Amino acid sequence: MGEMIQNTEHRTQSTEKKAIATRDAYGEALLELGEKRKDVVVLDADLSGSTKTGKFAAAFPERFYNIGVSEQDMVGTASGLSLTGKLPFASTFAIFETGRAWEQIRQTVCYSNLNVKLVATHSGISVGEDGASHQAIEDIALMRVLPNMTVVVPADGAETKQVIEAIADYYGPVYVRLGRAKVPNVMPEDYKFAIARAHIFNTGKDANIIATGIMVSVSLEAAEILRSEGIDVGVINMSTIKPLDSGALLKAAQSSRLIVTAEEHSIIGGLGGAVCEFLAENHPMPVKRIGIRDTFGCSGTPDELMKLYGLTSDDIVKTIIQCQ
Amino acid sequence: MNPATAYRDINFLREKAKAVRVEILKMLAEAGSGHTGGSLSATDIATAIYFYKLKHKPEDPGWRERDRFILSKGHAAPLLYAVLALSGYFDVSLLKTLRKLGSPLQGHPSSKSLPGVEVSTGSLGQGLSIANGIAIGLKMDGLDSRVYCLLGDGEIQEGQVWEAAMTAAHYRLDNMCAMVDLNGLQIDGPVSEVKGIEPVDMKWKAFGWHVIDIDGNDMDAIVKALDAAESVKGKPTVILARTLKGKGVSFFEGKVKYHGIAPTQEELRRALKELE
Repeated sequence: MGEMIQNTEHRTQSTEKKAIATRDAYGEALLELGEKRKDVVVLDADLSGSTKTGKFAAAFPERFYNIGVSEQDMVGTASGLSLTGKLPFASTFAIFETGRAWEQIRQTVCYSNLNVKLVATHSGISVGEDGASHQAIEDIALMRVLPNMTVVVPADGAETKQVIEAIADYYGPVYVRLGRAKVPNVMPEDYKFAIARAHIFNTGKDANIIATGIMVSVSLEAAEILRSEGIDVGVINMSTIKPLDSGALLKAAQSSRLIVTAEEHSIIGGLGGAVCEFLAENHPMPVKRIGIRDTFGCSGTPDELMKLYGLTSDDIVKTIIQCQ
Repeated sequence: MNPATAYRDINFLREKAKAVRVEILKMLAEAGSGHTGGSLSATDIATAIYFYKLKHKPEDPGWRERDRFILSKGHAAPLLYAVLALSGYFDVSLLKTLRKLGSPLQGHPSSKSLPGVEVSTGSLGQGLSIANGIAIGLKMDGLDSRVYCLLGDGEIQEGQVWEAAMTAAHYRLDNMCAMVDLNGLQIDGPVSEVKGIEPVDMKWKAFGWHVIDIDGNDMDAIVKALDAAESVKGKPTVILARTLKGKGVSFFEGKVKYHGIAPTQEELRRALKELE
């Protein structure tokens, strides 16, 4: 009895500790990285409180540059820093980072193949009340199309920390997509992130869900519901969207009758687009895309918006049942 | 090191500028396309930079302590290629491959293909931000290296230039020297008609820069301005170089038409004769 209570308490405590927003994990990861590596320089465009780069700024003010409300200039300045051998992390909200500064990212960061890390927060509709202007639902598409770019979308706080460490050791442009809302910890304790390596939770005969970001946790919930109804469903965390882990994707495709993609992003050009492109050429089969269906977001609580835009576990369950 | 660094050998620099113009014209005529006017207007500035002011080692393009030159007006690529070749970064014979398939001399500068090109440019408005980042990085490393960034006058219609102008002043980047090639013409016509930028000196002053206004085709004035810029502390310096588009070839001078077209073989022959 006593042991059971202890276990429950342990689980509750660890869940609470782990349910953090990926942006919070980024703030912590940057702080750790800044201590380890003196070449790390952080830039922000007047949103350091929200992107959590403010923690780094407080600890290492001499290595933090607030560029003000000018994202294009921030990306250019980060590029220049990389040309002197620094390791710049440039952060702001996802739509401003990838949208406003897209051409700077293309012309300077990607074309010159510079070692610039673009880590953006406030992606997707889970931004909530700020509404459509601040909800990036196109950013994966915008970054994925660029040569030399790597695109990573961590599923939880723990994975985010590993992603930040991994990209620091990798030379080249990287876009990391983070969120504002808290997400439960979903990755196993012994999980080790590597760029371009998906994590296969399990595969199912009836459907495999390829998910990214906060949709990994939603997909795991959906798979559990479906399995309780006798439908065999697997889940894969495709945290690197470019380059896609084609091996894992092929394995998922070959082992089931249906592939479902799940992302908090437009169904056009993001994970769903990437998966469809690969499968159409290599393993044609039925695919269903869960995501924002070519429309803008709006104000509301994150939970309300996830329901409104069809991004809940129930939505995934219904989609898969309809295909059986 | 620069042959003219230790002394102000203006005649040497004028002759060098002539040689740069010859190479620009030859490579453009061979390529059959490219930007003639803006390469020639800024030739004296770039010549003074590369053969008088810049601390660099052409045999070691990645030398950590080098000064940096960023060609923000990337369409003047022929000018950059000419000064790089004549400085010894690569063989002059490579210039005739400009804009050809497989050539490292891309239509606009690509840092991935050619030594001496610090960063790829060509999309206007981005160079000053990059230059700022380099200037910050050099200061962080305790180096006294300087950054030179050449912009066009049409280019400063880009909003990002003014974002970067604020950043340089805010962070007191006194190792930064921007130069604006004020040749007065852009593709669609005179800058004053397309979208006026005057009073350009007051704009930069208002943005917190030390301003030096000169005749940008006067070698003596350029050299003095570059020296003066070095002694300005606590703020960035901009040299407003009033130039003549197409400078050096009478029938190109002041002509909008030659912004983006290359000389024909006949025009090349006449131009080279004038420069002799």
